[in-house]
Amino acid sequence: MTERRTKTIKTDVLARVEGEGAMRVRIESGRVTEVQLKIYEPPRFFEAFLRGRDFTEALDITSRICGICPIAYQMSAVTAMESLCGVEVGGQLRALRRLLYCGEWIESHALHVFMLHAPDFLGFESAVAMARDHPTIVTDALALKKAGNEIMRVVGGREVHPINLRVGGVYRAPRKAELATLVEGLERAREIALGAVRLTASFDFPDYDQEFELVALAQPGEYPIDRGRIISSAGLDIAPPEYESQFVEQHVPWSHALHSQRAGGGSYLVGPLARFATSFAALTPLAREVAVEVGLRTPERNPFRSIVVRSVELVHAVDEALELIAAYEEPDAPAIEVTPRAGVGHGATEAPRGLLYHRYEIDADGTILAANIVPPTSQNQVAIEADLRGVVERSLELPDEQLSRLCEQTIRNYDPCISCATHFLKLEIERC
Amino acid sequence: MLRLIGVGNRWRGDDAAGLVVAARLRARLPRGIDVIEHRGEPIDLIETFEGAQAAWLVDAVCSGAQPGTLYRFDAGERRLPAGLFRVSTHRFGLADALELARALGRLPPRVVVYGIEGSRFAPGGPLSPAVAAAAERLAGALSTELAAAFAPVR
Repeated sequence: MTERRTKTIKTDVLARVEGEGAMRVRIESGRVTEVQLKIYEPPRFFEAFLRGRDFTEALDITSRICGICPIAYQMSAVTAMESLCGVEVGGQLRALRRLLYCGEWIESHALHVFMLHAPDFLGFESAVAMARDHPTIVTDALALKKAGNEIMRVVGGREVHPINLRVGGVYRAPRKAELATLVEGLERAREIALGAVRLTASFDFPDYDQEFELVALAQPGEYPIDRGRIISSAGLDIAPPEYESQFVEQHVPWSHALHSQRAGGGSYLVGPLARFATSFAALTPLAREVAVEVGLRTPERNPFRSIVVRSVELVHAVDEALELIAAYEEPDAPAIEVTPRAGVGHGATEAPRGLLYHRYEIDADGTILAANIVPPTSQNQVAIEADLRGVVERSLELPDEQLSRLCEQTIRNYDPCISCATHFLKLEIERC
Repeated sequence: MLRLIGVGNRWRGDDAAGLVVAARLRARLPRGIDVIEHRGEPIDLIETFEGAQAAWLVDAVCSGAQPGTLYRFDAGERRLPAGLFRVSTHRFGLADALELARALGRLPPRVVVYGIEGSRFAPGGPLSPAVAAAAERLAGALSTELAAAFAPVR
């Protein structure tokens, strides 16, 4: 026999993704029969141990789900609690929160674009290997990430797991002079981000489009970050409380992460490609111009080009951060009073990787009775597997090693955060 | 400028060893030697090298040796042995941070790395007795080594 009829491509430990996961693709007689993105990072139990805690604690507990996007968790949690209690945080308090969120986008996108994803396109095993031949790219990445870190430190209180957000506002509003110290670093970051768009747009991309339904928040006149309705490229337009009637989660045996699908079936995609497709017009003029200059389409449906879109979002986040700082006035009070009331609240915000949905039920004392958290990576997992299948089917002739690398790159197109996505498989015991 | 950097997570048992050594040394070292307690995020770690003529790093290691075993490496000359320093969940650990700094020309001229073999890394746990004793021993040795290194600079 000259041809192997069955082969399995697997990567036991995925490199350059956030968290611990693996991949398995099975090919039988030239046909892809199985594709699994396995998330084996230990289960997290967060939703269970939120029960019985106070409604003001959810943000700091859930922020521990992820060291890369803690602000996203805090913001979805406070939004849910505030909407439940009939409070809307606006004005400069909202501006501060958005600024903090921009800082997180900058940190997270800079890390992924430069350190995790760019080595794929430039042909390096790792960022360390890339740094030897392209030190400027890595030095720029560090400067960008530092600009994001500084926002986290000044507005969030510290760089990792910031502590300044609270239900109703923030604990301490920074002085104008403190925010002014951020400007110089951000202006340099804006130049680096523009360079990143042009650099990543010059990479070689396979010609490949995905027809996923693109789902993101949308709010007239602003790029989706901290609030909005949930809309899609297929015409969905709902308020966050309707989320669970449109999207369903299910367990699969090979992963600790839940798989999320559209109610009635079908995968969908959240994240930069979705936001870019649905809110292109709300990007800052500079971000829009550079996107047009490098020839991005709207919608951009090639997942390999997500690195360019992520870079455009870097330009936007830096640009918007500078705008927010320029317009900042110190608020009279750092927070508004929030009194708990019994009910169910929903919060949806845009984590760097996409839509992050929280639901909480609390009683009249503010004690949490139930919680549900749907992170972006769970929502993208079905799409990632479908994409992997397509990529493998079109590249069967490649030697295993190359095919395996292509599969890893395909997964990294989605910047999956495996730590965020991990849930525990529910155990059912049947007794007869 | 000389710098002593203890690396670790204070909430993960023996992973706190590097931080414990740094805390012990803070009071004992001459002024002019920076003592930094760092959680090990590699990109931030590289920032801590800025302006340093020499850096001493202390971190927990996990190689299967007797708990409390001490290792010493001259990282200015060659890379750390692969796999000895616990990699983070992001698959990018202390050894990678040092190599990245080396590639970018940001490694101080002199870099010494101490490893303390740990045994228990469970969340919320204390240092195991053998590791606590080793941390104490290393703090003593380092206060001599750093004071000697500091003398000619001063």
